[in-house]
Amino acid sequence: MKKLLLATSAFALVAAASAASAETLRWARASDALTLDPHSQNQGVTHTFAHHIYETLVDRDVEGNLIPRLATEWSVKADDPTVWVFKLRQGVKFHDGADFTAEDVVFSLDRARSEKSNLKQLHAAVQGATAVDDHTVEVKLAGPSPLYPNNLTNTFIMDKGWTEKNNAVTVQQAGSTDDNYSVRNTNGTGHYVLESRDPDVRSVLKVFEGHWDAKKPQITEIIYLPIADAATRVAALLSGEVDLVQDVPVQDVERLAGTDTLTVTTGPENRVIYFGYKMTDAPLKSSNVTDKNPVANPKVREAMHLAIDRNAIKQVVMRGQSIPTGVATPPFVNGWTPELDAYPEKADVAKAKALLAEAGYPDGFTITLDTPNNRYVNDEAISQAVVGMLGQIGIKVTLASRPITQHSPLIQNAETDFYLLGWGVPTFDSAYIFNDLIHTKSGHYGAYNPGGYTNPELDKQIESLATEVDVEKRNATIAAIWAKVQEDRVLLPIHNQVLAYAMKKGINLAVHPENQPRIYEVTVGQ
Amino acid sequence: MLAFILRRLLQSVVVMLVVCLISFSLFHYVGDPVASLLGQDSRLQDFEELRERLGLNDPFYMQFANYIGNALRGELGISYRLQTPVSELIASRLPATIELAMASALIALVFGVTLGVMSALKPRSFTTGVVMTLSLVGVSLPTFLIGIGLIYVFAVELQWLPSFGRGQVVDLGWWKTGLLTESGLRSLILPAITLSLFQLTLIMRLVRAEMLEVLRQDYIKFARARGLSNRAINFGHALKNTLVPVITITGLQLGSVIAFAIITETVFQWPGVGSLFVNSVQVVDVPVMAAYLMFVALVFVVINLIVDILYYVVDPRLRIAGRAAR
Amino acid sequence: MSADTTRPAAPVAAKGALARFLDSDIWFSFKRSPVTIVAATVAAVLILSALLAPLISPYDPFNPATLNLMDGFTKPFSESMFGNYFVFGSDNQGRDVLSTILYGSRISIFVGLMATLFAMVIGISLGLSAGYVGGVYDSVVMRIADIQLSFPAILIALLIFGVARGIIPPSQHESMAVWVLIIAIGLANWAQFARTVRGATMVERQKDYVAAARIMGVNPLRILLGHVLPNVMGPVLVIATINLALAIIEEATLSYLGVGVPPTQPSLGTLIRIGQQFLFSGEWWILFFPAVTLVLLALSVNLLGDWLRDALNPRLR
Repeated sequence: MKKLLLATSAFALVAAASAASAETLRWARASDALTLDPHSQNQGVTHTFAHHIYETLVDRDVEGNLIPRLATEWSVKADDPTVWVFKLRQGVKFHDGADFTAEDVVFSLDRARSEKSNLKQLHAAVQGATAVDDHTVEVKLAGPSPLYPNNLTNTFIMDKGWTEKNNAVTVQQAGSTDDNYSVRNTNGTGHYVLESRDPDVRSVLKVFEGHWDAKKPQITEIIYLPIADAATRVAALLSGEVDLVQDVPVQDVERLAGTDTLTVTTGPENRVIYFGYKMTDAPLKSSNVTDKNPVANPKVREAMHLAIDRNAIKQVVMRGQSIPTGVATPPFVNGWTPELDAYPEKADVAKAKALLAEAGYPDGFTITLDTPNNRYVNDEAISQAVVGMLGQIGIKVTLASRPITQHSPLIQNAETDFYLLGWGVPTFDSAYIFNDLIHTKSGHYGAYNPGGYTNPELDKQIESLATEVDVEKRNATIAAIWAKVQEDRVLLPIHNQVLAYAMKKGINLAVHPENQPRIYEVTVGQ
Repeated sequence: MLAFILRRLLQSVVVMLVVCLISFSLFHYVGDPVASLLGQDSRLQDFEELRERLGLNDPFYMQFANYIGNALRGELGISYRLQTPVSELIASRLPATIELAMASALIALVFGVTLGVMSALKPRSFTTGVVMTLSLVGVSLPTFLIGIGLIYVFAVELQWLPSFGRGQVVDLGWWKTGLLTESGLRSLILPAITLSLFQLTLIMRLVRAEMLEVLRQDYIKFARARGLSNRAINFGHALKNTLVPVITITGLQLGSVIAFAIITETVFQWPGVGSLFVNSVQVVDVPVMAAYLMFVALVFVVINLIVDILYYVVDPRLRIAGRAAR
Repeated sequence: MSADTTRPAAPVAAKGALARFLDSDIWFSFKRSPVTIVAATVAAVLILSALLAPLISPYDPFNPATLNLMDGFTKPFSESMFGNYFVFGSDNQGRDVLSTILYGSRISIFVGLMATLFAMVIGISLGLSAGYVGGVYDSVVMRIADIQLSFPAILIALLIFGVARGIIPPSQHESMAVWVLIIAIGLANWAQFARTVRGATMVERQKDYVAAARIMGVNPLRILLGHVLPNVMGPVLVIATINLALAIIEEATLSYLGVGVPPTQPSLGTLIRIGQQFLFSGEWWILFFPAVTLVLLALSVNLLGDWLRDALNPRLR
């Protein structure tokens, strides 16, 4: 009797699950959105969630191209290269019924670049936005900014009236002690309306009937379930308790793909994994070489570059789920070329050893490698593999593995001799990489250049990119900068990350290069 | 009586303050909250600004005094991570943890007492040996392995029970319970078993030891001599006398079950205060972590206080000692 | 209980001690319990092979220069394409699982033993002094022990680990990791020792021989160490054994939560954390063998502790 009862209830569960999956999608990933205030955090998971409730002026498709969203066209003003003109979509309504107008766009841009917004760097060059008419907005910038629309893909538009009425004009600042209406309530123009939300546990989104797009989403209800533990997340998919898992561990891709009821889609992410060095002249804290800095010598960096077997890392550590590269930029990005991307097919231990000897380290040296262990795909295992490969040319590496919260301060305070980091390029342009990773650390520049690499000539070239309007000339400068960066082996790139989404058979969803899948684009059917 | 309670109360306050101080100072070293609060695009002056605004540049004692002051007014701050008042977060997560802790305490108590009595009554039997040995397997396995194993067998392979979460919950207004729906109850089974195994072993061994002790006592021998049935002796006398310390210990352990749930809640994605704590540790969400530790300390202090007062009421010797002390 | 049975390895002439030991109740109860004999054998084999790891292990998994990444994920009882044979298979870095277990147990056992020893030393000193001195000192120590016991050891160890990381400069983290673990786990477990020792000390203190010694003007330290301590060693030994198993598991749990020894020099817990990632992908051996080793180790130590408790408690015989 007991057995029978158990069997029937299990059956009931299965039946209920398959009946509901027609329009409801249970979407699991490792973490939850940090906030619902669309201008409070500049973070991928938060943006991904917000894209379902709010909308941006322009968006990016799965190939990485800019596409219209709330703006239908955009161009530099004919007589003033410092002004961008955006034509807005007509007939758009917010969830509460209010009309979407140029006023809302001006308000949202002002809010996004306000003091407390975490998106303000993206709009640093903006001097002001004005509504020309109900459906035209002009944005005035400090100088010519040919790539400014690229910065708008995560700047969401809020309703001016709603935000003012609820006293949420000020952005909820990270770590603030005041409560803010917009953190837990939403009113966007997006495809879905927030039905309920229990942070870290479960959020429910229902389709917005009044959305401007004639093409309605096939998924009418989203149940968003953060599951932190990777094994539990995979188990939930295998047992049919969720329909889509976004953060699939690489080692489980094969098993999930081989399961009859599931499909797995993979695609490259806009994120490169690389190693960086301390390059100042002072001796390293973690090395046995006490009179100079071994990795400040370009020959040593060349030797390390040659010692890494990127294909082996791909095959074993990443289970084939990575795209090895010789340059620290994802292929989507302006400035990437196949020539830069080339890397040694196999490790050349003999040549690397010779270079080390030439540099004065025939017996190698010791150094500590700092790696995060919960930020990038298999970050710790990649570092571990690199420790082994460097060991083969005599460089004895101690591995220091930490959660990202403890790893980040080392980078920010430049307290690391050798480190792993990942870098995404939301603007899809090399300037973004140069500004933060290559330029000397000063002011707005070089925030992620803890190694202290400095080259005044490069700095000047990098700074010129921001205002150069001649595309050809600009691209030539980018190519020149990359050539120097590669020659100096400033960074040691390993691969570009590949993302895998696993889902129930019948659900179709392509991998998004910025790992921001759009559920309203999901199609259901065999 | 009043003096006794006052003294105990004072001690409790001191304990709370010490826990506050320890936890607050510990958190300073767990990591830099600023690093995790700001994204990849943040610049150096943003870090400095945020540090200033969070008061992280104030001297240590100032930060601590501020914190205690706010806590006394019921303001535990706003979570850095979820930007929601911490008191609200804890209140919304507490029901899940308490239901899990209660369910596992119940399992531990029922099976622990039954197995304990069985093994005490037949100390030399083969079954007892097997049970005693198996119970040690339970404490020799790390909790996370038990959880993963159960998920693998019952959720993935057999697909009998859910692998994560709390299932459907019913909102009673002030308490969200998972005990009233089928999916809620089914979701409770695996995490409750995982969490109970350690306590079960503890209780079983305690019952066995106490029971063996009691069975040697003169009054049991006397009862046997009087010709009372084994059943009456074992359950009417021996077990009754065993249960007092067992229930006391179980009660005292409840606080630690709640804290012990950290790992179980993480493995099963159980939306309780324990998983809230672990998530907060990862991003160094200091207000939540400090509030959680204070909460555990409070549970402990309250339970201890109740037990102390009960003992005082029950045990006349303590009362005399109390009077003498005055 | 008599002092003889609690000090089987007393520094008397070796032969005499052995003869006395073989004659003792402890040995008798040991011989009568087949489970205990098996447990002792398993524990001895595991500990011995861990000690001898550098001699008996087929590879040196702690030397990254000898690893070949392409050896990774070789199945148990098979040869990789480079001709390396792996009895228990190889892991995601191409390390021999058997060798990592041998070297890993070494670290786990070392951490467990040292942490237990550390907890024991603190617990005994505080317990002895609190029980002997009494008064305010006693109640302060016992209140601290109460606080300690109210938080699960894992939580305390986690916090201590965090503090240590803050105090030690980042460049020293890896070399200090094992010692930080030992201190964190040790500090999280002293209270049980202190409570037991204090209780026993208070009982002993009432006894005539202590009073006599005190009147004779014997140094209190000598009374404590020479007379009181040997009498409480029985229960302390039982707690220590069980605590050893606990410490090994705590180390594993800390590793699971991501704080612990570096993955290039893994303990059993770190191996389980790594292997757990491959539970669903089919490489079961990376998790299975370290997990079984950990369970066998903890279980056999627990069984020994259990037997010791019964053997030292004359009332249960």
